[in-house]
Amino acid sequence: MVTIDKVEWVENAIGRKIPKEINGEKLYPYRGPFAHKPTKTHKYGPRLGFIADQRSEVLSSISEAIDRVGLKDGWTISFHHHFRNGDHVMNMVLAEIEKKGIMDLTLAPSSTFPCQEEAIIRCIKNGTISKIEGGSARGNFGRLVSTGEYLNGPMKIRSHGGRVRAIESGDIQIDVAFIGAPSADELGNLNGVNGPSACGTINFAYADSIYATNVVAITDNLVPYPNFPMSISQERVDYVVVVDKIGDPEKIASGELRITKSPTRLKIAKDAVRIAELLGYIKDGMNFQAGAGGISLAFTDYLDQKMKEKGVKALWAQGGTTKFLVDMLEEGRVEKLITGQAFDTVAIKSMRDDPIHHVDLPIGAYANIHGKGCTVNKLDIVVLGASEVDLDFNCNTATLSNGLIAEPVGGHSDTAAGSALSIITVPLFRGRYPVIVDKCTTVVTPGDTIDVVVTERGIAINPKRKDLLEILEKIRIPKDLRICTIEELHKMAYDITGTKVEPNFGDKIVALIEYRDGTIIDVVRNVKPRYYEDAVFVDDKQKKDLERREN
Amino acid sequence: MKLRRSRLYVPGNNPKMIPPAGLYGGDVISLDLEDAVHPDFKIDARMLVSEALKVVDFGPTVEVTVRINPINTRWGKWDIKQIVCEKLDGIYIPKVEAPEDVIQVDELVTEMEDKKGLEIGRIKLFATMETAKGILNSKDIAVCSKRLAGITIGGEDLTADLGGVRSSDGLAIHTSRQLIILAARAAGIQAIDTVYSDFSDTEGLKKETEMIKKMGFDGKACIHPSQIEVIHDVFDPSEDEIKYAVRVMKAIEDAKEKGSGVIALGKKMVDRPIVLKAEKILALAEAAELPVPTFDEVE
Repeated sequence: MVTIDKVEWVENAIGRKIPKEINGEKLYPYRGPFAHKPTKTHKYGPRLGFIADQRSEVLSSISEAIDRVGLKDGWTISFHHHFRNGDHVMNMVLAEIEKKGIMDLTLAPSSTFPCQEEAIIRCIKNGTISKIEGGSARGNFGRLVSTGEYLNGPMKIRSHGGRVRAIESGDIQIDVAFIGAPSADELGNLNGVNGPSACGTINFAYADSIYATNVVAITDNLVPYPNFPMSISQERVDYVVVVDKIGDPEKIASGELRITKSPTRLKIAKDAVRIAELLGYIKDGMNFQAGAGGISLAFTDYLDQKMKEKGVKALWAQGGTTKFLVDMLEEGRVEKLITGQAFDTVAIKSMRDDPIHHVDLPIGAYANIHGKGCTVNKLDIVVLGASEVDLDFNCNTATLSNGLIAEPVGGHSDTAAGSALSIITVPLFRGRYPVIVDKCTTVVTPGDTIDVVVTERGIAINPKRKDLLEILEKIRIPKDLRICTIEELHKMAYDITGTKVEPNFGDKIVALIEYRDGTIIDVVRNVKPRYYEDAVFVDDKQKKDLERREN
Repeated sequence: MKLRRSRLYVPGNNPKMIPPAGLYGGDVISLDLEDAVHPDFKIDARMLVSEALKVVDFGPTVEVTVRINPINTRWGKWDIKQIVCEKLDGIYIPKVEAPEDVIQVDELVTEMEDKKGLEIGRIKLFATMETAKGILNSKDIAVCSKRLAGITIGGEDLTADLGGVRSSDGLAIHTSRQLIILAARAAGIQAIDTVYSDFSDTEGLKKETEMIKKMGFDGKACIHPSQIEVIHDVFDPSEDEIKYAVRVMKAIEDAKEKGSGVIALGKKMVDRPIVLKAEKILALAEAAELPVPTFDEVE
């Protein structure tokens, strides 16, 4: 693992120190949300296919597929995360690879979930996996990356759009994409809307299917040719493997997502809607994106009420799709729905039943800054969370305040940069940690792209958005909506929690936060746990040491 | 006019619920030492509430009050001794049955204000009647202390004391509610209604609030932040009401200019009750910071 004294440093546009190069790879420091142009002239090209005359490419085991593609030590393998916490695909594939004794693989998932952690951690510890190309890491997997043990080099953490950019430009070169497909035919036409493990869309795998050298589709629902809709086309897929089960439907989609019951969070969501209205963004022909997090769901619900009240309709909305958005579509308050991920059974059913008004979109089309058009740039309103927000409005969505990598970054930086109004909804503090801090532990999304921060005790507008401040100066603001500066919010938070306790960083570079354009916005170092609750136990000895210290 | 449309109860022994209590837009918060707190935790709650009063910023507009234990219990007097401080705006006294129950509190608060060097008489009192005896004595209770700013009714305990059944139409306590209004108005103070216990039933809360507003109450207690907005929506004058009130005021102005003794709005005569109602609506609108159009805008 690279240590901080072995690299040369350069400061980027938000004042973070970035290594000039790591392991011989030149790094580009972040220069501004839209400053960095592509450094390559052409897209990365995968190898040509060869069909010969065989009629069927259906295999009966993952093991056979691994043999047929000739998976070797050091290759890069990729997975999508549409099956969420019900995914069986990654676990099955990793188990087969382990049996064959293939080592030193690079894992390049779009994201990961707790159900995969055990397998990933096991494979990292036994050397099957030695490098991670994000996407994101969360939970115990993220914590393991944070220890700085086992892996050969720092993980790169990328946004949804950033991952597609990296694949398209060849920064990530996938040797084998294993694509879980809820529905497939013998030639490899795949979709996510049909079958027992339906997840709505498999658009996170589109780029993988186009640019990977080998594409293996894994399905539990082989249908007669041709499989409609052909979300991923037969021309991309080398092999189709049929297994008993690719996922647990109960965990792929929630039956019914519930809105938070916390009065504080409900207030934050409601105030976010109110400030968007005051700023003039809730009007006929608008569009918006809000996800399935506690506050986001409540935001969508309040927004719906507000739109009903005002009698306005949205042209389109983008999800993180849930029942709440589908209801708005069906009741005519949203004309079209674009889905990046389907979070509940209602969303999946809607995609299947109403493909005219409810579509999925390749993630590159959604958020790739070096593509030729991306939907986030058309967004009016986006509502996002964060683990920390600092005085420059920079947001952290990758690490906790204790420095551990634990949260997925998703499309945070993509949507913040693209949308006309980006709203961060956060409580002022969580437990003993302030959320509005001097300096974020890790910056994922630059403050230049954040417009409004809504907390339970006040709302701060980014002073760079003079236009927004001017609007607010001219109108009457209800007395219970407190507009203040980020510094005031910061003071309120610190008055309650006390000063932020800085993480106990070690000297290893464990992750690089890549901005959506491929530049490096921040560096994550390993954490030496100070408290038992912050600890990741690499081995039993470390666990015992810390237990002894705590007692 | 001091708005007391909504009064949010906050359990006094819950450290997580106290700090954000002022954030939900309620006119009044009542940190509760009485029914919400188990006898085993009375002292802990009292310590928590008295510390919270010193350090928590509940916001600039909210009236911060404490519901103490009844004065004749072993906690009541100590509650007062410990909670009186600069940030306390008022005390709710539960289970008041006679003027003495209020007078005792008044005297002890005065003593504590004096001891702690606070302005004498600033802390308001609110008496809650929740027994048949208390309701029948409310006429005398309402006038027994200068500190009294309002009287309230405790629905659950009162229903039990009366031997009635609590129902959505409020039949069992209907007369009691009217007696409270009568006593409050005769004393020139506010009348505040009891809680609506099922906080998931927004419709029921709305109906009951509409009813008690028609009866003359100034506000209603809440047990959940989500009830505040429902109550405010009922109590706040509508746009049309405000417009009408402005037009009444304009008619008065016009009559004055003409030197006419008869005030007319269209073909209708404007008499004193209409003027009083219009004045109340405008005062409510101003207190709730609702937009009030100018004379020209209502033409």
